[in-house]
Amino acid sequence: MADTHRRIVPGDEPGEGDGGARLAVTKLLRPFLDYRRLAWLWVRAAAQYPLSLALMSLAVTTGVLTQVGAVVIVFGHAGTLAGFTVYEGLLVFALASSAFGIADMFAGSVERLGHHVRTGSFDAMLIRPVSPLVQVAADEFSPRRLGKVVPALVVLGIALVNVDVEWSYLKMALLALTMLSGVLICSAIWVISACVQFFVAGAREAANSLTYGGQALTEYPIAIYGEEIVRSVTYVVPLAFVSWQPALLVLDRPDPLGMPEYLRHTGPAVAVLLCACAALVWRTGLRHYRSTGS
Amino acid sequence: MRVHFAVYARGLRRHSTYRAATVAGVLTNSVFGAINAMVLLAVFAARPRINGYDATDAVTQVFVGQMLITVTMIISIAPSLDLAERIRTGEIASDLLRPVSLQGWWLAQDLGRATFGLVFRGLPTFLVGVVLFDVVIPDGVGRSLVFLASVFLAALIGFALRYLYSLCGFWMLDSRGVWAINGLVGPVIAGMLLPLALFPPTIGDMLRLLPWACMVQIPAEILLGKDDLPGGGALGGLALQGLWAAVLLGAGTYLTSVATRRAVIQGG
Repeated sequence: MADTHRRIVPGDEPGEGDGGARLAVTKLLRPFLDYRRLAWLWVRAAAQYPLSLALMSLAVTTGVLTQVGAVVIVFGHAGTLAGFTVYEGLLVFALASSAFGIADMFAGSVERLGHHVRTGSFDAMLIRPVSPLVQVAADEFSPRRLGKVVPALVVLGIALVNVDVEWSYLKMALLALTMLSGVLICSAIWVISACVQFFVAGAREAANSLTYGGQALTEYPIAIYGEEIVRSVTYVVPLAFVSWQPALLVLDRPDPLGMPEYLRHTGPAVAVLLCACAALVWRTGLRHYRSTGS
Repeated sequence: MRVHFAVYARGLRRHSTYRAATVAGVLTNSVFGAINAMVLLAVFAARPRINGYDATDAVTQVFVGQMLITVTMIISIAPSLDLAERIRTGEIASDLLRPVSLQGWWLAQDLGRATFGLVFRGLPTFLVGVVLFDVVIPDGVGRSLVFLASVFLAALIGFALRYLYSLCGFWMLDSRGVWAINGLVGPVIAGMLLPLALFPPTIGDMLRLLPWACMVQIPAEILLGKDDLPGGGALGGLALQGLWAAVLLGAGTYLTSVATRRAVIQGG
């Protein structure tokens, strides 16, 4: 009997010393392992329509490339925007679209929360022994979203090679850390804006103005939008830490609007804070959830 | 014709039930319009005139584009005509039983949707643009009617394209890939992300002749009273739109007959 039990829930045995530590690690990793398993399931499902998958990946890639073209055209006409040259502009664009692309790949599906609530499939998720957030985020995970991330990273590489920057290991590490923070900030924004659908069904599109709108906003040096907007995307919705502050950090440039210089180093702290907010909002939403009964 | 009018009215009423979604849509379209407009204002601050366009022209075009999203559904990256899903699931069988043409039926329903969208989502979005920015509004009844005609033709083209994408499902089983390409590339070549006047002239002039431009660029130029429209004025623009509407709807009729002759309905 004890034997069967152990086989069903491995890692759940109350061991001593080493076993306790392993238990803690397993518990911590559990959502990520669950996510991986569900995502792989959806990858295999998507592979059943290979032509559609190929076309969709191609579409996403073409979409990114046309946006790159638009950035080049804009800078071609304007020369510089907010003191940024075309390659510096592409750096901002690539930082924004890679962060949003990666966040979209891993967490973008949460925007379909309203759909799950409406159809009742959210109820089914609640009775499974996997975190509902993991299930909603992994839902319809599709490799086609790599079609956005890969070209964005290529553009990032091209921009980084062509901007005038003195590289050091410290700077590379800082860049990696700010990019990771950017991904976390975008994911948290995705989760928070999706939670609105716990309260207002059919508000999915309003969430888009924050998620995709946020991406559109951060694709250009945000100083061009004027001081008020820059302040609100720094202190209210911290979109400035996705592409603008990281770009200032890499280029080692004073803030054109005279905002404090230490801001560019606070990305990781902002990311952690926002993720905590997202967790809180998700839990609150979940507690307010009432099944539609369908 | 009475059937079509009834379907049109039902389409209009059906969409009037999603009030929260309509408000959310106005918000989203306005936010995107504002961001897009501010980028263009920054460009025109550096260079006040680009290929005959000034800042006001560009911002007007941005909001014409945002206003027409709900009319033409040009940014649909997923099927925005129920027909596509009905072809995939096989429910199309019951549509084919009706004693009206498939395309006419869906056109009537979609025009109902477009009418509701224009009045309750498109116009409010445009008004937000008028309040926040310097935007050209049609002066006089004549110009307004010509613009309205252009919007109607844009709605026809928007429908005809989406009908053709849906028909792809008869051959491909899953038309989502075609929709994705439409939604991501369509808005760019239509002049929605950037006015085509900002593109390199050879590319811009070529794109201007395609049906996608007829859904944003041409209506915007008709509103702005530009003379680089085909034929040098609003009538030339309308003629180009009318030509594309006729060609695409004709292709729709032809491909419907090919597809339905090919489709096998397996009872049950």
